[in-house]
Amino acid sequence: METLEQIKNRAELAARGARIEIIVNPGPSQQSSLLIDNEHALAVATFLRDHAALSFDFCSNVTGVDWLDRTIKHSTKVKQVVDGVEKEVDQITEEKIPGYLEAVYHLYSIKLKHGPLIIRMRTGNRTDAASLPSLTPVWRSAELQEREIFDLYGIHFTGHPDLRRILMWDEFKDHPMRKDYVPPDDFEWEPTPHDQVLTRAKQHYPPRPQLDGAEAITAERKE
Amino acid sequence: MSSRLDGELLEVSMGPQHPSTHGVFRMNVALEGEIVRKLKPVFGYLHRNHEQIGEHTSYLGSMPYTDRLDYFCSMTNNWAYALSVEKLAGIEVPERAEYLRVILAELTRLQNHASLLGFLLSDMGAWGTPLMYAFREREKILDLFESLSGSRMMCDYMRFGGCRVDVDEAWLGRAKEIVDRFPKFLDEFEELILQNEIVIARTQHVGKLSPELAITAGITGPMLRASGVNYDIRKVDGYGIYPRFKFRVPLGDHGDTYDRLMMRALEMRESIEILKQALPQIPAGPIVNPKVKLRAFRPPIGEAYGRIEAPKGELGFYLISDGGPNPYRYRVRPPSFINLTVLEDMCLGHVVADVMVILGSIDIVMGEVDR
Repeated sequence: METLEQIKNRAELAARGARIEIIVNPGPSQQSSLLIDNEHALAVATFLRDHAALSFDFCSNVTGVDWLDRTIKHSTKVKQVVDGVEKEVDQITEEKIPGYLEAVYHLYSIKLKHGPLIIRMRTGNRTDAASLPSLTPVWRSAELQEREIFDLYGIHFTGHPDLRRILMWDEFKDHPMRKDYVPPDDFEWEPTPHDQVLTRAKQHYPPRPQLDGAEAITAERKE
Repeated sequence: MSSRLDGELLEVSMGPQHPSTHGVFRMNVALEGEIVRKLKPVFGYLHRNHEQIGEHTSYLGSMPYTDRLDYFCSMTNNWAYALSVEKLAGIEVPERAEYLRVILAELTRLQNHASLLGFLLSDMGAWGTPLMYAFREREKILDLFESLSGSRMMCDYMRFGGCRVDVDEAWLGRAKEIVDRFPKFLDEFEELILQNEIVIARTQHVGKLSPELAITAGITGPMLRASGVNYDIRKVDGYGIYPRFKFRVPLGDHGDTYDRLMMRALEMRESIEILKQALPQIPAGPIVNPKVKLRAFRPPIGEAYGRIEAPKGELGFYLISDGGPNPYRYRVRPPSFINLTVLEDMCLGHVVADVMVILGSIDIVMGEVDR
């Protein structure tokens, strides 16, 4: 397989105006990825599938990732004069990265038996701009998996043929794979609530007077 | 189904409690007479958000939970997960553990394919007998698993950088005995079912899948190879120590249900070949990498996607580590979930009774589809 640099240059030539960035993977797995801009994603994906030397005809895995607002601390060594002596001091600068949702595609080639090539797309934010172009027209294997991402992460894939919830039921409101998801406290009704569930359940049901009376009778009998 | 159906079509909800749906799986089918004109699979009845539970548990804590994905093949599920974590953290696996993994994965493939053939036959109306024949053989393999790991189906056997318990000579002897006897069962089984007139009539030219569609729809495993595409991850990736073994990759010609059935029978023969090579070769030595910390296991920051050829297809795990004790992202790439993509394409134009056979030949397990 060609290096990521070569693939990036080829794809940028083929899909004019495409902005592709290499996301370096710091871990030992040697799986770095290409970040593709949303407007040219379909053109780049079609190129990756159809180019003879690449022919990534098999899209194996499609998945979503939720990144919350983060602050990354960079430490740089700066020379400073402390008590009349010049010393190297760590200067810490904070960088704020707003949150976004990400879709990751793992591509392989069945024809040339190479891979994986990992491509990513990122949404503008996690709320009103959470949409990405669907790559189902290029690889049909993304059909059910993009539906799953829509269901669990809430990314709207424009151009998907049948974007509905797939694992959760249709009436479900939230997206349970998001990092800030809080399950509702009356999620499951328990016939015999206990401990924490009991205290939470009390908020949802009015006190039952007949039950209190029954307790009083048993208390009297003990005497 | 979202679109309104006109008066000609009859909408039927097949499932979720149907004996042939292998669990709680539903299909909304639009019928014209007995012919299927539309089919939409509906699932999620067994959904428990496995991935989020994985993100809230330590790396090792997810290992027993992977058993519950495809509960027929816990050994291969363990291996896929261990392989991904090993890629993520850069862990080497000792020789003996690699052999054990291959042996157990191939035994898993044997029992999965045998019971699939049995289930498929019972979907076609051969209630009981073929399934019991298959289960008789499966039982012997499960006994092996039980004596090794303590559990028949939920084995929880692999660890990062090796395996949990070692085998002894007696266990290897028993495994050899089972492997030696297995071809005899296969001969009998193939004669009984694969040349059976009713099986041929029910499966040949039913549910055809073209190689082009199979590739673009991400179909993997025996189903892809039944359509004639030569893609076996054991050969392509050569993970573990598979390049050391000589085995062939069976391919289908027509991509119909009969080919998919036949593919399982042929793959079992190849698994036996691998086992016959692996069992005598197994070297002595440690079964787990001593450098791996079990407690407070924290892989470095990064991500990894590891995949293996599970009996049902490509099983992959995608992990993102932020340096903490539990994964930031834990994703399972379930083969039978993605193989369902083409269910509608295969069923259109066939009668309702064929839908069950086609679904059976995909080999789905709902624990894995719904996660």
